[in-house]
Amino acid sequence: MAIVFEKTKGLSNVETHYCPGCTHGIIHRLVAEVLEEMDVLPKAIGVSPVGCSVLAFKYFNIDFQEATHGRAPAVATGIKRVHPDKVVFTYQGDGDLASIGTAEIVHAAHRSENITTIFVNNAIYGMTGGQMAPTTLPGQKSTTSPLGRDPKHAGMPLKISEMFATIPGTAYVERVSVHDPVSIRNAKKAIRKAFEYQVAGKGFAMVEVLSTCPTNWGLSPVDSLTWLKDNMIPYYPLGNYKTLEEVK
Amino acid sequence: MEKVLMKGNEAIGAAAIKAGCRYFFGYPITPQNEVPEYMAKELPKHGGVFLQAESEVAAINMVYGAAGAGARVMTSSSSPGLALKQEGLTYIAACELPCLVVNVVRGGPGLGGIQPAQSDYYQATRGGGNGDYKLIVLAPASLQELTDMVQEAFDLADYYRNPVMVLADGMIGQMMEPVAFGEIPQWTLPEKNWATTGTDGDRAPNVINSLFLAPEELEALNIRLQAKYQTIKANETRCEIYQLEDAEIVFTAYGTTARIVKNAIKILKAEGIKAGLIRPMTLWPFPEAAYQALPKTVKCILSVEMSCGQMVDDVRLAVESKVPVAFYGRSGGMIPTVDDIVAEAKQLLGR
Ligand SMILES: Cc1ncc(C[n+]2csc(CCOP(=O)(O)OP(=O)(O)O)c2C)c(N)n1
Repeated sequence: MAIVFEKTKGLSNVETHYCPGCTHGIIHRLVAEVLEEMDVLPKAIGVSPVGCSVLAFKYFNIDFQEATHGRAPAVATGIKRVHPDKVVFTYQGDGDLASIGTAEIVHAAHRSENITTIFVNNAIYGMTGGQMAPTTLPGQKSTTSPLGRDPKHAGMPLKISEMFATIPGTAYVERVSVHDPVSIRNAKKAIRKAFEYQVAGKGFAMVEVLSTCPTNWGLSPVDSLTWLKDNMIPYYPLGNYKTLEEVK
Repeated sequence: MEKVLMKGNEAIGAAAIKAGCRYFFGYPITPQNEVPEYMAKELPKHGGVFLQAESEVAAINMVYGAAGAGARVMTSSSSPGLALKQEGLTYIAACELPCLVVNVVRGGPGLGGIQPAQSDYYQATRGGGNGDYKLIVLAPASLQELTDMVQEAFDLADYYRNPVMVLADGMIGQMMEPVAFGEIPQWTLPEKNWATTGTDGDRAPNVINSLFLAPEELEALNIRLQAKYQTIKANETRCEIYQLEDAEIVFTAYGTTARIVKNAIKILKAEGIKAGLIRPMTLWPFPEAAYQALPKTVKCILSVEMSCGQMVDDVRLAVESKVPVAFYGRSGGMIPTVDDIVAEAKQLLGR
């Protein structure tokens, strides 16, 4: 019988701890598939954050370092400077990247560190139980914004892709989503591009992936996908924010 | 052997490069700026990378990445910078990664000052970050010793897979002395087959990680680390014993302060008072045994520090109340003078 589908070699056989409906699993798979299709799994080195994806090193079938909270870009910088010919990436949540780790991600981009960053924006702190993130939407309830985020008190959510497009060192910035099959296909294309930029030595590339957190949003997996589409995409428009030059 | 006149901070850089260090990540802070400045100039000539990080937090995490990737790597800073590096250091210790961290100590607390101090002793020896971990802490008292210690630090780190700190006060960093870059003992070092280099498709993935959600696993890590620390304690404890025979009073001091104490000992001797010195060269492991083998003539011990009294705690623990332990210190960048130390000793002895 012909094999019509196989799991990517980029993922291990370890069962993930992710909640039902969480899209971290989809994003892991997209990254692993891209690395396999580009034939760079043997030279890939990942850096996992502190956040729900802290255990990503168990799920990927490649070398990994687990970073301190927010500092994955600095850890990746250390690795990449030692092994400039390897494919180094960070995988970070929005608390990790857009709150505690803003200095490290901004400066990795500013130096145009030749790494790839997968930025998973689920508008909440997942791992610690649903606290407000810098990306939590106005009015969105979280355990530390029980009445909904009040922009007068907590500010408006950070638009990371828009902000990173203004940094001279970024080579490629794109925002994608994984709420339906079409967007998942587009997300994969963007992730591939971000890695191709690195392989071509073009400098810092980042893909922001809009993601769900059914558990902490208090919604079913299906309702979460709809919530993402109806609430996140209007505030966080999908698309390319920076393309330095086309990489073939 | 040929000697060159060098500033302490530059000697740190030169010794590190001689020892094969090829990566430096740091952030400017006085009084250690000549270390990164030297590395910025010299490392590229040796095929290495100097990178000025956006902060000490980033710098130590770059060190974590590079050490995990198998490189000989270092960072240097001064007191407030070291405070920021503590989280990174506990990760490095937990993951058993080798690296060198230099602290050219200045006065504190807070932003403090930029003059020499020894007030980061607790931070260095207790493990300033969270959890049960230890750094190997080397305390040089001369630039030659600094040069030798920096070189050996990389071997110690690789051999034990443990971060090593050279704790140098601002005096050591800023003064000039002749140094020789001799051959230091070569260690037989284990292969870094745990490093994240990419699997190359021919081995299982290497993972550098300090998260263990199962308490049994985390305790197992701690048990393994403690066993390693015991081995380090047994093999690497170092101190200088100076004129202890027949001593009435034994000084104890490390780094710059030990040199001042030696001058005080000379003066006391001329006045007929016999005094000796125990100078710890490793602050962790602390040379406890030296304090338990005191001659019967010893009436008291005086710990002299450029702090408000930190190492004296370890001295008291080591002495186990067998002899009275006193303390004399200056802080904030003030340096104890020979006259002060002599007067303090005489008062203690009732002379
Ligand atoms: C220094 C430090 N501060 C705080 C924490 C606690 N902490 C763990 S995960 C996390 C939030 C992660 O949220 P996010 O980056 O959005 O990722 P998610 O869990 O949503 O995937 C926090 C605050 C920590 N481990 N270390």
